[in-house]
Amino acid sequence: MKLLVVEDDREAAAFLVKGLKESGHTVDHAADGREGLMLATTERFDAIILDRMLPGMDGLAIVAALRASDNATPVLILSALDQVDDRVRGLKAGGDDYLTKPYAFSELMARLESLLRRGAGGKSETKLKVGELEIDLLARTVRRGTAEIELLPREFRLLEYLARNAGHVVTRTMLLEQVWDYHFDPQTNVIDVHISRLRQKIDKGFAKPMLHTVRGAGYCLKAA
Amino acid sequence: MLAMLALIYWQTVVYATHQTDETIDAEITGLAEQYRQRGLAGLVAVINERSNPERGSSMLYLLTDQRQHPLAGNLSRWPDLEVEKDGWMRFRLNADGQRDGPHIAQATSFVLAGGVQLLVGRDLAENVAFRNRIVAALASSGALMVVLGLIGGIVLSRRALARIETINRTSDRIMAGEFGRRVPLKGSGDEFDRLAQNLNAMLDQIERLMAGMRQVTDNIAHDLRSPLGRLRSRIEVALLEPPSTERYRDVLQQTIAEADHLLATFTALLDIAEAEAGSPRGRMAPLDLGAFARDLADLYEPVAEENGLRLTVETGPGPIEVRGDRHMLSRAVANLVENAVKYTPSGGAVAIRVDTDGAMARLAVADNGPGIPAAERERVFDRFYRLEASRTTEGNGLGLSLARAVVRLHGGTIALDDNKPGLKAVVTLPLAPMTEAA
Repeated sequence: MKLLVVEDDREAAAFLVKGLKESGHTVDHAADGREGLMLATTERFDAIILDRMLPGMDGLAIVAALRASDNATPVLILSALDQVDDRVRGLKAGGDDYLTKPYAFSELMARLESLLRRGAGGKSETKLKVGELEIDLLARTVRRGTAEIELLPREFRLLEYLARNAGHVVTRTMLLEQVWDYHFDPQTNVIDVHISRLRQKIDKGFAKPMLHTVRGAGYCLKAA
Repeated sequence: MLAMLALIYWQTVVYATHQTDETIDAEITGLAEQYRQRGLAGLVAVINERSNPERGSSMLYLLTDQRQHPLAGNLSRWPDLEVEKDGWMRFRLNADGQRDGPHIAQATSFVLAGGVQLLVGRDLAENVAFRNRIVAALASSGALMVVLGLIGGIVLSRRALARIETINRTSDRIMAGEFGRRVPLKGSGDEFDRLAQNLNAMLDQIERLMAGMRQVTDNIAHDLRSPLGRLRSRIEVALLEPPSTERYRDVLQQTIAEADHLLATFTALLDIAEAEAGSPRGRMAPLDLGAFARDLADLYEPVAEENGLRLTVETGPGPIEVRGDRHMLSRAVANLVENAVKYTPSGGAVAIRVDTDGAMARLAVADNGPGIPAAERERVFDRFYRLEASRTTEGNGLGLSLARAVVRLHGGTIALDDNKPGLKAVVTLPLAPMTEAA
């Protein structure tokens, strides 16, 4: 994938570009807002990683300018501003996701890949299919192979989110934000327990597990 | 003051003048009566009798025939003056037979039957003298008042300045480092005392805040130094060991976890500061506290069950609406639930209950765990304060501080109570005013 990083902090940018390249992406870098906007409008990118505070031009102004010119490239906003307010403002301006500095690179990668998938798909399905797992979004039913699986509403939402990101890592923070709409760090392993309950239901009795724990990063649902 | 003196003068003079006018009028009435009863001769006799200098009267009389030849009286000739607008004649009296010097006189005249002309007047010397005495008295009392006023003013302002100076001296001492100093009170309850009281109250508050800040800084230094120290020695030890990719990987993972913990602590500190700075920032929206509690319970129910606890929610039938920032409140209340789940031993129960109490909505998280001794229940809200018993468990000692800051930002209260047995954390929030049924 071709990515654009707009970040004025040299070291942070170098680290980010290196990490993204090692993950197999092509990366362009702009060190200020004007250059960033110019690159973003003249070339096609699959996603843009945009620092919020930039010399020359505010990050939010860049997103707004892109959206105003019908450019729908997914944008992940990075910011040192951690308040929910700032997050809301960032998303309102047209950003697709918002990540607070300092962040874990694994978190950034997981979110970025989720954005890239959203950019590719985007149409509203009524059925999700991951391997032998079938999720009917209208009837709210789940079956694996021939077996019907009974899920609680929250387990269904959790599985739906994992299935939409099938094959990719989703972090605990992403789950807490997307499934429960909470923006805090739980001091207990709440998410892990939810996952292990879900795992009980969809993997128990089957030869191969579908729901995997990715150490130090999060979880991944993939075809067995 | 000048106006008052002028008024006194004016009133007195008007009164004296009025007296003169009345005296003359009465005299004329009397004389006319004499003339009617006893004729010209009688009138002459009366006038002569009355104008006798021996009597020392200030009255002036002159009776003349048609050609203004004097017949009787103590004026030698008819004053050649026009009658003034107010009906009085005023003229200078050339003192023959008069007591002293030329005076002003006031008189009126009229013609009696038979062409006889009568003039009755009054020497105004007394009036003038009276007026002069009044002026002198007023002037001296005015001067006295001015002097007394000045003295009083000086005394008062010197006292005021002295008390301001006291305040100044106290502030100087405080600025010089004697933070315990306070402005002395006189106990009179006047404006200066109130000013001093306010200043002292302000100083007390600043001192409290400074003490709090110092404690926090100490705690930050202490609580952040130990993990940083651990982090450093772990890396150091790893470098001393024989190189091993596997081992390095492990150490780096642990280092990241430690760094994350430090970052979380900083974030919590900043969030507390933000909440304590106290601007709700327009994120407040109507929120059903019942649904809010059920959502949180939904998140924590599995982990509670994992720990062998029963987590229940009791919210009553209708919605209980407050105004709040869901994200901030969820952090605050999640912390209470997490504490209950963490510290209640297996087999226990955690109950979340939402109800109302007057104008407040109430959310209580009760457990039947070990509880917190009464003496500690207030202190656990201090930043970094941790009970001895909880030192070994994970946590940064900031959760309750943040919870309190958030709840206070929402205009509510948070307190810990005895659940007999166990702990009961009670949050109250102002109920949202009844929204119009639109």
